[in-house]
Amino acid sequence: MHTIASLNVGERGIIEQFLFDSIPLQLLEMGCLPGQEVKLIQLAPLYDPLYIKVNGSHLAIRKETAAQIRITKL
Amino acid sequence: MLQNTPLKVALVGNPNTGKTSLFNQLTGLKQKVGNYPGITVDKKQGSCKLSDSQTALISDLPGTYSINPTSIDETLVLETLLDAENADFPNVIIVVAEIENLKRNLLLFSQIKELNVPTLLVINMADQLKRKGISIDIDALEKELKTKIVLISARKNQGIDTLKSELLNYKDWDTSPLLNIADKIDACFFKQVKKDFKDVPLYKAWLIITQQEYCRFLSDDMHKRIDKIKDSCDAIKKFQHKETIYRYQKINEILKKTYKVDQSKATDTRARLDAILTHRIFGYAIFAGILFLIFQSIFDWASVPMDIIDQFFAELSSFAKTNMPPGVFTSLIAEGIIPGIGGVVIFIPQIAILFLFIATLEETGYMSRVVFLMDKIMRRYGMSGKSVIPLISGTACAIPAIMAARNISGWKERLITILVTPFTTCSARIPVYAIIISLIIPDDKVLGIFNLQGLTLFALYALGFAAAIFSAMLLNRVLKIKQRSFFIIEMPNYKLPSIKNLIITVIEKTKAFVFGAGKIILALSIVLWFLASSGPAAYDNAAITINEQTQGSNISDDDLAHKIASYKLENSYIGIMGKTIEPVIKPLGYDWKIGIALISSFAAREVFVGTLATIYSVGDDGDDTATIKERMRAEVNPETGEKVFNLASGMSLMMYYVFAMQCIGTLAIVKRETNSWKWPILQVVGMGILAYVTAMITFMILS
Repeated sequence: MHTIASLNVGERGIIEQFLFDSIPLQLLEMGCLPGQEVKLIQLAPLYDPLYIKVNGSHLAIRKETAAQIRITKL
Repeated sequence: MLQNTPLKVALVGNPNTGKTSLFNQLTGLKQKVGNYPGITVDKKQGSCKLSDSQTALISDLPGTYSINPTSIDETLVLETLLDAENADFPNVIIVVAEIENLKRNLLLFSQIKELNVPTLLVINMADQLKRKGISIDIDALEKELKTKIVLISARKNQGIDTLKSELLNYKDWDTSPLLNIADKIDACFFKQVKKDFKDVPLYKAWLIITQQEYCRFLSDDMHKRIDKIKDSCDAIKKFQHKETIYRYQKINEILKKTYKVDQSKATDTRARLDAILTHRIFGYAIFAGILFLIFQSIFDWASVPMDIIDQFFAELSSFAKTNMPPGVFTSLIAEGIIPGIGGVVIFIPQIAILFLFIATLEETGYMSRVVFLMDKIMRRYGMSGKSVIPLISGTACAIPAIMAARNISGWKERLITILVTPFTTCSARIPVYAIIISLIIPDDKVLGIFNLQGLTLFALYALGFAAAIFSAMLLNRVLKIKQRSFFIIEMPNYKLPSIKNLIITVIEKTKAFVFGAGKIILALSIVLWFLASSGPAAYDNAAITINEQTQGSNISDDDLAHKIASYKLENSYIGIMGKTIEPVIKPLGYDWKIGIALISSFAAREVFVGTLATIYSVGDDGDDTATIKERMRAEVNPETGEKVFNLASGMSLMMYYVFAMQCIGTLAIVKRETNSWKWPILQVVGMGILAYVTAMITFMILS
């Protein structure tokens, strides 16, 4: 199983599903939705947070959040 | 010509869309910043002339990604747009979007469009369409979104006139909603909502059900009805997600037909800058360099205008004394009010420089990179990357800094940030440090380049930050708060800052600070002057007492007058107060006059210098043009004959101010932001003990 946290810098994937027991609405509202393409742009110096591009938005999320978003690698 | 009532226009949009640039273009300097009742969020309004007979009152609402709030600031958008009884309820809403993030911007637009208020879509940065290889079919997009669209470039002042004339036709706009959410989410649930809330439009009913806790305007009856429907349905969260997914689906469909990006034109400036600015070595080095530049500018560049201001107020006070008829009123002005005001005005250069730097870091998009760089490190101390903004802003003033902590979503992270921010060296401490450093630290060079006074100041800043980090670490261990911390930030594209925006921000923030602090300081300096220039019987009989004491001895008139003045001060109300607390502060190396300054600076630290100025000028009789500094240097302890401000007592005083929580404004804001007296009391007691003990140890070691 792949999540956003298992992407290497430059790799892309399609968001499948969230593994949270409750997904923060804000995450969806910022464009992070099932079916959308996500690309890992950069990692912060201590490998956390992750700098991603999803659905046209550039966002930074923590690794723990990224590990809850299942994807299929492209 | 007859003037119509002003059209109320609300500006709504995502952060980083240039909403505030547009607001500045529309209103120029005709803005005022007030407060919304009950919460301290800047309420920015300004007027704008649309035609000869029509003006508009424009409100710049806080930036938000959605109508569903995630912070107090964003709650305001919901409240203003949902409550038709609200004084700020707009006639027209302008949603500001920009070309690169149009998709995400349209999510907010699609929500706003359902409120049945005339709504206009403005797309900013239109001048860069070509350069970024973006093409938008405006006619088709207008049809799909059922709205009027105006392309503008707020920075270049393009399209603003079109926007103004378009606003005049607001009555002809299509106010029908973009989507029919009810059927798409859950027809059955929404049928029930329709039945229970017959008197409320459906989308509004849906919003007040989901955002009940943020809607302060609801009646008790409304709350009961909302509770009832919430009890009957446990899938509301799921429906909200469905709604968002559906909105994006629709927006993606529309944009597929109307919005194209030519990928070959895409530049990688952003990627290249990111690679350097968030680099594991250069990233931190650049951040440290910027911090160093900020401090250098506060110490160095600001000192020139500050010295001029200091001298100016000393002269003004002496001018008032010599040119006004002698009496109580003159002495109130010359010894109370003028030094008091001077104590505030002297801050302006430093505050303005600090706000300029902070505004620049935010405008360019660099601040988000700092948050990104620092998040992991800050989490070790129980804070979030977003805590960096309050901690840096805290070097200007803790009050706006603590409000900036609202963006931190986890309660524990936010609370720790609020509690430790007052340790960062705010600009109110600078005058205290500056004056004491100049008295006790020689103006020498170390290793040929570093100025010893500058180094001392830098060390005090470092100490403040260290205190913040250590206490955060401690609080992180001690506080047992379960939180669902959630971190998501936008990484906006880099932008050159707009000079106009920067100037307006600096003027507004400086004005707010000076008037806010000014009121307290002015009031206190009048009270202080009164307490220092009146007293019980011993005060009134000063001349007789001293004359009796000195009878027979050969004393000059000058010395006699001076003796009377000091005796008067000692026996004034304030003298009595100072003497009362003297035993407590003696172990720290302070005399009763410093004690008075300590008491009065519980209101705000900067009052310390102003108080000493007032006390010494009341006590002084001769040389009127002396600056505060010269008066402090001349102070001698009558018992020991030693200077009052020597290395030991001076260092001890500075240590006291590094740690002590001496600011009523900050305490009030902490109470408001944490909604409890527990936390501000913890700050006063905890920081007070730390300050007292450190100051005492410092004094013992050095004396």
